[in-house]
Amino acid sequence: MTIKLTINGVRHQLDVEPDMPLLWALRDELKLTGTKFGCGVAACGACTVHVDGQPVRSCSYPIDAAANTSVTTIEGLGDADGNNAVQRAWIEHQVPQCGYCQSGMIMAVTALLDDNPTPSDDDIDAAITNICRCGTYPRVRKAIHELAAAHKKNRKG
Amino acid sequence: MAKFSRRKFLVGTGLVGGGIVLGISFMPGRLATIRKHYTVKGAEVLTTWVRIAEDNLVTVLVPHSEMGQGVHTTLPMMLAEEMEADWDLVRMEQAPAHQLFANDAVSKGFLLQGERLPAILNPPADWASYKLAQLLDVQTTGGSSSIRFTGEFGMRTTGAAVKEMLIRAAADKWDVPRSECVARLSHIVHEKSGAKASFGALAEAAAAYEPNPTPTLKDKSDFTIIGTSKQRFDIPPKVRGASVYGIDADVPNMRIAVLKAAPVFGGTVAKMDKSSIAGRRGIEDVVQIPDAVAVIGDNYWRAHAALADLSVSFDAAGHGDVSSQTIFSRFRAALDADDAKTNIAQGDVSIDGAQTLEADYQVPYLNHAAMEPMNCTAHVKDGKCEIWVGAQDPLACRGHAAKVLGLSAEDVTVHPLMLGGSFGRRSGVLMDYIERAVLIAAQVDYPVKVIWSREEDMQQGAYRPASISRFKAKLDDKGAPISWENHYIRDEERAAVHIPYAIENQSIRVSEVDTHVPYGVWRSVASSQHGFYIESFMDELAHAAGQDPVAYRRPLLGDNPRHLTVLDRVADMAKWGRKLKKGRALGVALRESFGTVVGQIAEVSIEDGSPRVHQIWCAADPGDVVNPDGFIAQMESGIIYGLTAALYGEITLENGQVQQENFPDYEMLHLATTPDIHVDIIRSGAKLGGAGEPSTPPAAPAVTNALFALTGQRIRVLPLKNHDFA
Repeated sequence: MTIKLTINGVRHQLDVEPDMPLLWALRDELKLTGTKFGCGVAACGACTVHVDGQPVRSCSYPIDAAANTSVTTIEGLGDADGNNAVQRAWIEHQVPQCGYCQSGMIMAVTALLDDNPTPSDDDIDAAITNICRCGTYPRVRKAIHELAAAHKKNRKG
Repeated sequence: MAKFSRRKFLVGTGLVGGGIVLGISFMPGRLATIRKHYTVKGAEVLTTWVRIAEDNLVTVLVPHSEMGQGVHTTLPMMLAEEMEADWDLVRMEQAPAHQLFANDAVSKGFLLQGERLPAILNPPADWASYKLAQLLDVQTTGGSSSIRFTGEFGMRTTGAAVKEMLIRAAADKWDVPRSECVARLSHIVHEKSGAKASFGALAEAAAAYEPNPTPTLKDKSDFTIIGTSKQRFDIPPKVRGASVYGIDADVPNMRIAVLKAAPVFGGTVAKMDKSSIAGRRGIEDVVQIPDAVAVIGDNYWRAHAALADLSVSFDAAGHGDVSSQTIFSRFRAALDADDAKTNIAQGDVSIDGAQTLEADYQVPYLNHAAMEPMNCTAHVKDGKCEIWVGAQDPLACRGHAAKVLGLSAEDVTVHPLMLGGSFGRRSGVLMDYIERAVLIAAQVDYPVKVIWSREEDMQQGAYRPASISRFKAKLDDKGAPISWENHYIRDEERAAVHIPYAIENQSIRVSEVDTHVPYGVWRSVASSQHGFYIESFMDELAHAAGQDPVAYRRPLLGDNPRHLTVLDRVADMAKWGRKLKKGRALGVALRESFGTVVGQIAEVSIEDGSPRVHQIWCAADPGDVVNPDGFIAQMESGIIYGLTAALYGEITLENGQVQQENFPDYEMLHLATTPDIHVDIIRSGAKLGGAGEPSTPPAAPAVTNALFALTGQRIRVLPLKNHDFA
């Protein structure tokens, strides 16, 4: 079966089984290895990508559901300067440790802030359920709050 | 024995890739013991390197693995400090596993086989070089050792020696006394004449001089890099998904294998029938090794799906009846029997006390569950083996692959890649990830990336041992402890049961009980169990004496002023003794591990019948700190790792095999359940301690001690999820 979709702005046609998870099409068919495999059961969020701007856990997301959509992975997240605001905040706050979960974490946080630029702690708790074994959570929360504060300031300014 | 020469000890060579390469080589004459465990032929060459390019960039080659602890930045900081390099002009590269050095034409000059450790070294340097050699020989990253040994003795010495060589090159060029030249921000400057030259411009001339093996190190008060927070080199690529982890290895013509190992440890493949998956799309081979089968294909998902449909059975090697229950019963029987080995015997524990307390503590097996599932890529062809892996000890991997395949170490090349977490799992203690990969690769003629599913990662672990620890203590009529008896299972790390408290009469004994469960070092090793045991039982003594747990510990810490300072600091941080919100309580714990003393106070409540940790205050004395922000990140990380274990962590066995499969049944702390963490660093000036592990042990007892203060319920068996607080 041929699946057509756009990934990071590039059109692709993939001849794969319709039930192949998007993750393995990205990693093994297209060699986009920035998206990580953590659990295979949508429990950890390491594989989070955006499908038409919405965060999905690609290890459990069949590729035919992504047909004719626009997919963004960590490799395609940056703006003209290279990194988006979340990625820049991640460097500023020195968030990653081993870094393995951070592709998914950054994709999830970017989606949250696109949807809700000034989330409360409860909003953050509900939206960011990714697992990080290194325990970067305190810095993740701090970085999100800083991004929200910058957004508020820009709106006022 | 060849005569030792200084030149061979610290060697400068000519230009490589447009830069000077400097390294320290040590003759590891004392390393016979270590070599026994790492039988890597030709691994005697030990180098730490710095490369100075003509454009004045200084590149530090770091012989340790980056697994999130920041060592790829901290070690270059230590070298740059002594060298007086401009930090903005410093870069890092991970040193390749030794074979690549050995194959490098330049490194051949560094071979120093058959010599003894030089007598010209004074005793401290002798010790330092021994420790450094020990670590570099095995290229291991673990035991919170990188900064303490490689950094303190290797990186600083190299940096200072290189600085001296550069100064000499400048002084000779300008025909001025060396004493009038200073190194400053990657330049050598002669103030009197105004002459100035970059390191890069002087590097070639500097390489001609004999390096000084015992250069003068900077005084701590002159540090400008060490002790300041620097951004880590490894973070920018990580936020772009550009770092290459083991699982991202991509080798031409590579296939992907998914394996299923015997679910009962020690078991082997009994029967396999490939016909059930014949003709499946993308599947190329099905391979059997003694304890596992693997389906090889062009895509993980295809191979994984086919493996699920493969007809295969395993035997249980006689362990099919083992369960957590039978294991703990054997532990208790061993404690009841009187055949223990004595660890410490001091005074007379049979003396009479006014009060006697007894308690048994217990912890379960734990898995590391690093975010990156175990994997290894291997290509075995024509008597050679190439490996791509994220591992704590690439050189040990090389030796193990050679041993398994019957090759010499020279025929094995290891390409070290980034680690997606490890916490001990990717150490040299159990290299099943190497062994299975090379055995599978040996049966096919293409490179193969062997990936473990999360379920395999969970059920084929190198587990933190379960154990039981039995205590008995006596108090005098004022409540002070006069005797301490401890009988525990498993001698993992003998010093881990020592107590910092001055109790006159002590008897500490151990019984060994072997199980079929594979053992692994797990973040903080034996301190993860004994920290919980000892600090919980101390809390019991304080309450039995009717005293405040902080006040109770203080007079017992007279021999350990660092502990006392840490305890007082953390009590200050948490405002210990203050009136708390209703339904909240505090608990304290104190633990030294890997040279760092850590005190923690937890604030807890009960929400919907379950414990909730709101805050953790953490005071830590690592002696001194190189990258303060990085150290704080490690404290946060270790606390969260310890809290996850205390609240949820439990691997159980039934029918000889692990029951947990994936994150849903091996639960983790999430962002929503993470407490606020406050860290204070105490720079006591003591010998440098570790960062990666020491904050894990106090987390559990701080929480359970707080829960006792809140509910009166004493938690002697972890994890907390099995207790009802309704």
